[in-house]
Amino acid sequence: MTGTPLIEVEDLRIDLDDGSRRVAAAEGISFRIDRGETFGLVGESGCGKSITALALIGLLRHPLSIGGGVIRFEGREIQHLSAARQRDLRGDRIAMIFQEPMTALNPVSPVGRQIAEMFVLHKGKSWREANQLAIEALASVRVPAPERRVRDYPHQLSGGMRQRVMIAIALACGPDLLIADEPTTALDVTVQAEIIELMRNLCAERGTAVLMISHDLGLVANVCRRVAVMYAGRIVEERGSADIFRAPSHPYTQGLVDSLPRLGSRAALGRSRLKEIAGVVPAISSFPDGCRFNPRCAQATEICRTVVPEADRLEAGGLVRCHHHA
Amino acid sequence: MKLRANLVIGGVLFALAVLVGLLAPWLAHTDPVLDANLMNAEEPPSWTWWFGTDDQGRDIYSRVVYGARVSLTVGIVSQLINSVIGVALGLSAGYFGGWWDDVVNALTNLMLAIPSLIFALAIMAVLGPGLTSLLIALGLTNWSFTCRIARASALSLRSQGYVQAATVLGYGELRIMVTQLLPNMLGPIVVIGTLGMGSAVLSEAALSFLGLGVRPPFPSWGSMLSDAREQITTAPWLSIFPGLAIFLTVLGLNLLGDGLRDILDPQSRSRRT
Repeated sequence: MTGTPLIEVEDLRIDLDDGSRRVAAAEGISFRIDRGETFGLVGESGCGKSITALALIGLLRHPLSIGGGVIRFEGREIQHLSAARQRDLRGDRIAMIFQEPMTALNPVSPVGRQIAEMFVLHKGKSWREANQLAIEALASVRVPAPERRVRDYPHQLSGGMRQRVMIAIALACGPDLLIADEPTTALDVTVQAEIIELMRNLCAERGTAVLMISHDLGLVANVCRRVAVMYAGRIVEERGSADIFRAPSHPYTQGLVDSLPRLGSRAALGRSRLKEIAGVVPAISSFPDGCRFNPRCAQATEICRTVVPEADRLEAGGLVRCHHHA
Repeated sequence: MKLRANLVIGGVLFALAVLVGLLAPWLAHTDPVLDANLMNAEEPPSWTWWFGTDDQGRDIYSRVVYGARVSLTVGIVSQLINSVIGVALGLSAGYFGGWWDDVVNALTNLMLAIPSLIFALAIMAVLGPGLTSLLIALGLTNWSFTCRIARASALSLRSQGYVQAATVLGYGELRIMVTQLLPNMLGPIVVIGTLGMGSAVLSEAALSFLGLGVRPPFPSWGSMLSDAREQITTAPWLSIFPGLAIFLTVLGLNLLGDGLRDILDPQSRSRRT
């Protein structure tokens, strides 16, 4: 199965049409996810991670559009599929969960019905069968008393419960790829850990690949086998998740890793300030030439300001997009 | 509990009106059209003539009972047509946006600019008088408010998380509109619908008054009311009873609309249970 990756993105470019001209909100995005693999996409707000996910499921809407590149699902190009064919993929083969479990459920429909609808829609089940399957699905995400809970409305459930329901809906049809866009941002920390654990176990059991999108580098590194770091619309580094902490290659990744508080660092190194990355992410309309990180980079030289760095393959495995990487 | 009372009183009033209409042949004392007897003309209400008699000696009670059939048919059917047109246009316009939204908006503005009674008159003039043309005329001319509400709701609901989630989960456009948007806007639509039924009953009265509604001598509440206009000082019961029937039906519909809105919203439903 390792021959064709589950999903492969090649040189994807996403255009933003601001009325008068088209600017690239993201470009040169390439990555692949194998069957059953967990892949993380991290970056600051506005770096293009969510629109990359939307592009994968064919849901970019005006003013955003795919400006170039190829997305292959099981070796088949999907970016030019008709709306109906893309819809067949969504929910059935590729599912997605969102960061806001509060608003992602229909408030006037019992949760059981919302799960059951997936079986009716994609598997052609009758409502009777689907309702039974919905109870099983709720049980699988460890909601207590599922046969009673299916009749509850979303507002009767806590945030954690709602996110469990969302996971049950997303995994209902046994998708091959689950896109999780900041799945735990809106939850408190203990619930967050439970949800992540649940998601990881369920996906491992069923061989579902996961694309985890987050700004939480620690979370992603913990859950995913490989991690890509995005900055201002480009992937700047892609590594195994252990390596990214141990030996980040791109100055931006280094900055991110340095900005994380480490347990025990005070005992080892004494009292010290956390490092921050100076400056802010540039706006899409004013991306700098060359390497987009150059205005904030301590190592920037002339070439960084004029030439866009290519993605270099690292000997230890992984890619980095920097003129000065070791 | 006070809100529940709305639903009960409204439901009872409306159900009563519907029952009266359905059971008219059994409830009426006399034939509303044929049993005219000038010897009994303009009798005040009494044990024999519960609601009195009109200037041709017809029993007002029997005429009010039969009149319920016309008034309720017009109210329910024409508002149903309005609601279906209004929701279909408004929901799709709000959801799809773009040129379709512009077209629907232009149409709605056009409908709002022309007084609906005048428009209904024009349609009636083409179709000729009668119950069917009355239903069509009123059904085609009062959908603009429903449409406005449906469009506004669709616009705000479209960007809700669960609508986007449904898209991501592979729901088709129609399925999203029916399962995600429609149930969430049903509350205001139903309220507008019940209010519309009330105003349709009144429009029927107006059109019947102008001779374009139900042909006399067959009774409808509206035509009875307009016939009674000249005798309002000498025989007030001619106008009081059909007026009361309209009043109670419209009141019932409004209360029912309020009550329905409350139970259609699951959040307020569970707050009370």
